[in-house]
Parts: sequence; structure tokens; C-alpha cells
Amino acid sequence: MSEKKVRLKIRRQDSANAKGTRRWEEFEVPWKPQMNVISALMEIQKNPVTTSGGKTTPVVWESSCLEEVCGACTMVVNGKVRQSCTALVDQLAPNGQTITLEPMSKFPLVRDLIVDRARMFDALKRVHAWIEVDGSHELGPGPRQSQENQEETYPLSRCMTCGCCLEACPQINDSSEFIGPHAISQVRLFNLHPSGKMHATDRLSTLMSDGGIGDCGKAMNCQEVCPKEIPLVDSIAQVSRAVTKQMLFGWLLK
Amino acid sequence: MAAKKSVRSESGKVRRVVVVGGGLAGLTTVIKLCEAGVPVDLFSLVPVKRSHSVCAQGGINASVNTKGEGDSPQVHLEETVYGGDFLANQPPVRGMAEAAPGIVFMLDRMGVTFNRTPEGLLDFRRFGGTLFHRTAFAGATTGQQLLYALDEQVRRFETINVEDDQGVSIPGERMVRKFEFWDFLSLVMDDSGIARGIVAQDLKSMEIKAFSGDAICLATGGPGIVFGRSTNSVINTGTAAAAVYQQGACYANGEFIQVHPTAIPGADKLRLISESARGEGGRVWVPRDTKEKRPGRDVPENERDYFLEEKYPGYKNLVPRDIASRELFKKCFHDKRGIFNRRSEKNENEVYLDVTHIPKPTLRKKLAGILEIYEKFVGEDPYENPMRVFPAVHYSMGGLWVDFERSSTGSLVMGSPRNQATNIPGLYAAGEVDYQYHGANRLGANSLLSCIWGGMVAGPAIASYVRNLNSSSYDLPASLLEKAEIRERDKYEGILKMDGSENPYQVHAELGEMMLVDCTIERHNATLDGVLAKIEELTDRANKVNVLDTSAHSNQPAQFTRHMFNMLTLARVIAQGARNRDESRGAHFKPDFPERNDAEWLRTTLALHKPGAGNHHTIHYARSLDYELAGQRVHVTDEVDISLVKPRPRKYEQAGAANTAAKSVAKQSLAPLPTGR
Ligand SMILES: Cc1cc2nc3c(=O)[nH]c(=O)nc-3n(C[C@H](O)[C@H](O)[C@H](O)COP(=O)(O)OP(=O)(O)OC[C@H]3O[C@@H](n4cnc5c(N)ncnc54)[C@H](O)[C@@H]3O)c2cc1C
Ligand code: SF4
Ligand code: SF4
Ligand code: FES
Repeated sequence: MSEKKVRLKIRRQDSANAKGTRRWEEFEVPWKPQMNVISALMEIQKNPVTTSGGKTTPVVWESSCLEEVCGACTMVVNGKVRQSCTALVDQLAPNGQTITLEPMSKFPLVRDLIVDRARMFDALKRVHAWIEVDGSHELGPGPRQSQENQEETYPLSRCMTCGCCLEACPQINDSSEFIGPHAISQVRLFNLHPSGKMHATDRLSTLMSDGGIGDCGKAMNCQEVCPKEIPLVDSIAQVSRAVTKQMLFGWLLK
Repeated sequence: MAAKKSVRSESGKVRRVVVVGGGLAGLTTVIKLCEAGVPVDLFSLVPVKRSHSVCAQGGINASVNTKGEGDSPQVHLEETVYGGDFLANQPPVRGMAEAAPGIVFMLDRMGVTFNRTPEGLLDFRRFGGTLFHRTAFAGATTGQQLLYALDEQVRRFETINVEDDQGVSIPGERMVRKFEFWDFLSLVMDDSGIARGIVAQDLKSMEIKAFSGDAICLATGGPGIVFGRSTNSVINTGTAAAAVYQQGACYANGEFIQVHPTAIPGADKLRLISESARGEGGRVWVPRDTKEKRPGRDVPENERDYFLEEKYPGYKNLVPRDIASRELFKKCFHDKRGIFNRRSEKNENEVYLDVTHIPKPTLRKKLAGILEIYEKFVGEDPYENPMRVFPAVHYSMGGLWVDFERSSTGSLVMGSPRNQATNIPGLYAAGEVDYQYHGANRLGANSLLSCIWGGMVAGPAIASYVRNLNSSSYDLPASLLEKAEIRERDKYEGILKMDGSENPYQVHAELGEMMLVDCTIERHNATLDGVLAKIEELTDRANKVNVLDTSAHSNQPAQFTRHMFNMLTLARVIAQGARNRDESRGAHFKPDFPERNDAEWLRTTLALHKPGAGNHHTIHYARSLDYELAGQRVHVTDEVDISLVKPRPRKYEQAGAANTAAKSVAKQSLAPLPTGR
């Protein structure tokens, strides 16, 4: 009986500038029970040889938690953007089909499956995605919050800056400045917090400027790919209303 | 001379502190330093928001006593010390227990989406080793929420300018500068052995560069990957701790490795199912009949063996982890009572962890995060089917030795430069990488707390160290940095030239498998001798690896080769410590020496590195340490500070054994306590 194999076809490129090295490489690694895409990539590290027998370097990718909470391992698996740690081989290729791996396309490439997602963290800076605390010293208990509020905010707070939503969004492209749905949803999160609310207008005004919420075409692709099932469409609608209100009546509040 | 307190060095440069690691401990340290007006350079292997702390599920302890059970910091202290089998120095633990409610309130103010009671207060749940509801939580992804809150505050400091001594902001100089995707390689030390900066490598361009720092704090987390598969993130190789250990930092209690009782067996990772599953009422069992082949849900109640509840009628499923893991191991391994697995069609080393009796809305509100993980990776619905779990390596109680200054009342002198200081002057450590708070066994939900507390202590300690420095690192001759840089470049060039026949990933896999099997729940001296010999053999093979990749961009194999050597070094510290300690205490269990032996072993293991040829090192075990701090000589011994709670035998078979005040709760807790909703 021949050993069961996992087949992978991987888009590679040696570095951002080495466009000439862009290529596909194919691999076959031994199958193991409950294997995910990352454990298949780990097998390549132990034996970096392509299917055709050519020696190559191990494929490089980002990962950390291996349980879909850190957001590091996002890539395009069989044409769909997702975390590779929860991409189970048996589900992707029940009959030994080839699994295709590519880096996300909306971010600058670093090497192989690694891209540079710095813009997502910069976006969080731009929208002031934090609570303006007076300090970390003891100031007694925080404001009371209802269970309902917690049930609305907790799912939003699980955004792991993974990039799926940006990859899927048609408004994110080389010629646009659009900040991205994840940042809009964070604005909703912080504007729902009892003390975060006090600085709601700061966050909203960032979203009124170029590349802000106005660039969203409401295509809803983002929510469909979010691994944490964050209600991005709701977030965009709510924040949109708040932005409109501020544009219309903002001067009254001054 | 510029004033010591000045934000600028004599040569006019902005004086910074280097913090390596942006998990809970590192980020808290950064916040405390910034609040004290000390600018920071923050280094991390991954964007700090992706640090391993994100994995923590269950919650964080604080005796806020929301449920009116009579919980208090004193009880928290006593239970932590008892749970740790009396190996922890007690004043730091006391400081931590007293600060805990304030820490949780701070996190709440920072916007953590903690679960709430109907009154809008923070909700608390039960965790191991206590009968009190002491654990605050945000669903079952608490670590993620906590990390994000601190990450957000640090991001805020990234936008704030450093101010000079007159309070005028210095353009272009931010309070925090982040260096993400950088690997810490080693310390820059001056001639008198003071840490003056670090050398690190950019993991994209592979550039090696030295950075000055007036002090350095390592907050680099635990070494779980030494065991190959564990509940840890893949970046937890312990490489930074191993590097400073080889530069003279003392590594303490390395042999104390926590094995968590309930994880999902897996090929790449052993994914945790948090203790909170049991905190919310989850029950551990195996079928009474080993020939039972029905799925767990179809096995009738009276044919189930709830073995933890039977043996520990008070703490039941929430005995401390060392005990629960040993019981599970015994059930499966010695009694051969592991459950039938339909996939492999045989009985496996697995037991049931059952939450199916808990109302679904409660599960969804409080445990969804972990049940999701189970469902995703096992492909079975844990709301309907008992989960199949087995113990896995989880946490290191041991780590870099750090000091503390005891106050006259038996707590900590806050702001003392001795707190969280390693024996290398100028090098501090906080978080899982230090050894300070958990003794021989950590209680659940105490780690997020100790990490944040460690940072809260380290920040002010470092600030006062820096203010008392005689000369800033930024005024030292450039040759100091250059020399360190050249040393590390040479080492890296050496790795790139390795063209032997061994594969670094394979060598690591073999190390991990051996450590996992031979150096965890049960330890035998003969086996440990074998482990030590095998580490030598693997080191020889490691010297003959092929680096696999020589390119100048994102060269992960070269980086991994470096980590592999450092993991071999830590493995030796862990295994040799275990070999030496002929007693059983907390997580360290030797069937041949089943009792705790306070007369000989109520002491801290202090390991110091002795270099040898060809990456073969030896260890010197010290009984005391001497180091210089701010011109003063500090002398410490391996004696444990047991001034607050006198050691007594651990007996979790009795309800409320961990603490006298807990006895009354023990009675109440037999009846169900009201929970939030
Ligand atoms: C699955 C799981 C669940 C857990 N659940 C709980 C829980 O419910 N409650 C609880 O109290 N504890 C829990 N723990 C334990 C707790 O999560 C950890 O002990 C804690 O998060 C460690 O935090 P830290 O700040 O010390 O380090 P980490 O969060 O591990 O961060 C380490 C940092 O150091 C950086 N770093 C490491 N090496 C280098 C290097 N060479 N160069 C540069 N940077 C480096 C990393 O990039 C990272 O930023 C859990 C642990 C696991 C594995
Ligand atoms: S709704 Fe559409 S356009 Fe708007 S952020 Fe989502 S995917 Fe992009
Ligand atoms: S919103 Fe969802 S898809 Fe977008 S970054 Fe956050 S977790 Fe990822
Ligand atoms: S590795 Fe963290 S999400 Fe996949």
C-alpha cells in the first residue's frame, strides 16, 4: 500500500523585488491524521524537495498561535482567503486533491506566503482605537456596563487584524486609500464603551476624511470572509449613521 | 554633566529602555515606563498584537469578592502559595494578590469586554485550586482581550512625543518605537558586566544591528516548544532566555514545567481546552467498562467514572493542574482506562471532558471561544458530545531568576531597583520568562495576573535603576555596539555556512518528542540520565545540520537553527534540574521519591551556564548569587522566603485544604452558587 500523501501547489517569490523568482512549486508530503495546512508546510521544512525531485528552500510563512486567535497565518487557500492553521487537509482535499496556497494579494509581498500588513496597524492608530485612560494607576472600578452592551462589544473585540476582510474588499486596491472595514468596526467598538464614547467624534472625524467610510461600496464581501464572524456590515452601517449625524449636526455640538 | 534624571544623555541622545517582548508582561512594562517618562524601544518576533498571550482563554484572578464568599487577597496569597507547594517566595506573591483587584479594574477601564453580572459588575468564575469565584473573564478568549487592551494603550504611546526636561516635546522622538519582526540575539555588555543594549536581527532583511538601552527588560514568554508539541504558540522557543542564560543570567527552577490536564491531541499542536470549562461545571470521566464502544453521549450516567470528583470531593474537577494531570495520566497510562476512539478504532490515551449538561446559552456566553476551537479541529460538536482530551505541556514555572526587595510588612518595596532584576545589572525580566510567582505549580488564571503584575513591578524598578545610572549607555563609545554586532554577525555567518547532513527541524522534532515523553508528568532518574545523554548526542547532530537556505530575505531556517541550539541549551537546564531534585513537589513528580522533602529541597534551583566545546555546555548549580546593583553588592541565597504562610503538606482530598478561611465556603460550595446568568 502506498503511503497517503498531501499535495500542495505553492506560489513562491524570493523577495519583494525579485519578481523574476515568482513561480509555482509543488510538493508531496506524508499525510497525518487531523493535519492542517501548517503541519503540511512543516513537513516541507523537514524535507524541502519538490514533487519533481528538485531541491529547494523551505517555504516561508507567518504563524504563531495555531488556533486562529493571533491572525498571523492568513493566506489564500484554494482561492479563498483564510487562516491556514484552521485549514484542515481532510476537508480541503478529501480525495487527495492538490491544495493551492498563495499569499494575500492586497498587501505588499515580503517573501513566499508572507505579506506586510503594517497598514492595518497604522489604520488603528489613525482612528484612535483605544480608550483615553487617565493612567494605569489605581482609580477604582471601571464604569458599569450592561450584559447587553457586553454581548454587543465582545464579538467586535475579537478582531485579530488578520486581513481577510481587506483582501476580500473590492474597494481596497493600489489606487485607493480606503482604511478598511476592520478599522471601522473598531471605531464602533470604542464608541460603545462608556468612556470611549467621550472621544467618539475624534474617531468619526478620521472616517470622514479621504479613505474613510465614504469609500466603502457596501459590497459586504468583508463580512463573508471574516473568520471571527464579526458583524462588519452592521458596524459599517452604524458608524456610517454616526458619521452622517456628525457631518450634519456636528457644528451644533461644538 | 547632564542630570541623571534627564531624558537626554550627555551627548544629547534620547535615553531609552529596551523592552524585548510585547505580550502582557512586556506591554505593561512599556506602559509603566512611559508613564514614568521613560521612552522605550520595543522588540518582538511578531507584531505584538499577535504575541502568545493572545491564546489565554480562561481568565485572570482577582479576589474582588463580587459573590460575597469572603474571598480576599490574603486567601488568594495562601491558595497560590499552597498550590505552588511552597516553592514561591511569598512577598512577591502577596504583592500580586493585593494588586490583583486594581489590575482587573484597570483592564476594565481600558475597555476589556469582560463578562458582566446583571448589575453590570464584573462577573467571576471558578478556576482550579480554589473554591472561590475569583476569575474575571471575557468569554473564553480573555488573553486576547487583555492583550489587545494593553496593545492599544501602547499604540497610543507610539503617537506621543518624548518631552525634554522642560516639558517641550522633541519632534520625531516617540515615546514608543516598535521593532516588530525582530529577533533578540544577545545583550551588549560593558567591561564591568553591565547590560548596555541588545543585538537583534530584522527577520525580513536579516540585518543584524546593535541598539543601546539604559536598561533591558526581557518579557519573552515561555519555552513550551522545547517539548515539540505543547499548548504554546510556535514562537515560544525560549530563545531569548537561553541567550542571556549563556551570557551569565541565572535560570531558576527550570525543572518545574506545568502539564495541563485537558488539551486536544494533535499532530502540530496540543490545543488547550481551558480549565474554565471545568470552572463552569465541566466534568471529567471515563466509562467504567474499558470495552465501552458507544460514543460518550450514549454512555448512561451510572456507567461513568467521574474519577476526580470521587477522589477529591471538595475541589472535584478543579484540583490543581499537577494533580489533575497525574490522575488523568494514571487513568490512561497505568490503569489502561483511556477511552475508545472511533477513528483509530482502539482505546486511546484520552478521557472525556463533558460540558453537554450545561445549558447552551451559558456555554455560548462563557465558553464559545474554546468550544469553537474544539469543533474546528476535531470536527465534532462539543455542545452535544463530550470532548476527548489528554494532558499537554503548558507553562514554565521556572525561568530567569529575578530578585525582589521585601518590605517590613512582608510585601514588596515598590520602585526598588532590585525588583524583577536578574543577576546581570541592567537586565530585568517579567512575565512567563521569570520564575518568581508560581513556585512548583501555577494555579489557573494566575499567569495573566503575574505577567501584568510583573510588568507593573518591573516598570518602576527599571525607571529608578535608570535614574541612578552613573553613565548613560548612550554616552559609551560606539565600539561597544560595533563589537557586539560583529560577534553576532560572525555567528550568523557561521550558521549560513552550515552544510552538513542533518535537518534542524528534524533534530528539534526528536528533542521535543523525547522531552515530552521522558521529562514531563512522571520522572525517573534512569530515564533522565538517558535524556541528558541524548541531548549531548542531539547537540553533536545539531552541529552537523544543513541550514537549508542561505538567502538574505526572511530566512526562517537560519533563524530556526539558532533557536534549535538555544532549545537544546534549555532542555539541558530542565532535564538536569529534574535529575537533581530527588523529591516530588508540585509539577515535579518522581515515583521513586514520592514525598516532598523540605529539609533538603525547599530551595530554589539556581542554574548558571558554563560554556563547553562544540555547543556542549555544563551547568553550575549555585547556592547563592552575588551581583552589583547601583554600586551596591547584593547577596542572595537559594532559600525560599516562607515568612507569610508556613509550609504544610498539600491535601486537596479535603475541601478547603488550601486555606483555612476557605473551609466555610467549602460547605456552601456543595450547593450550587449563584452565577451571573
Ligand atoms: C493556550 C493557553 C491558554 C492560557 N490560558 C490562560 C488563562 O486563562 N489564564 C492565565 O492566567 N494564563 C493562561 N495561560 C498562560 C499565559 O497565557 C501565558 O503565561 C502568558 O500569556 C505569557 O505572557 P508573557 O507576556 O510572559 O509572554 P508572551 O505573551 O508569550 O509574549 C512574549 C513576547 O516576547 C516576544 N519574543 C519572544 N522571543 C523573542 C525574541 N527572541 N526576540 C524578540 N521578541 C521575542 C514575542 O514576540 C512576544 O511578543 C495560557 C497559556 C496557553 C498556552
Ligand atoms: S462592505 Fe464591501 S466595500 Fe465596504 S468594507 Fe466591506 S467589502 Fe469593502
Ligand atoms: S474584521 Fe475579521 S476579517 Fe477583518 S481583520 Fe478583523 S478578524 Fe480579520
Ligand atoms: S497561527 Fe494564529 S491564526 Fe493561525
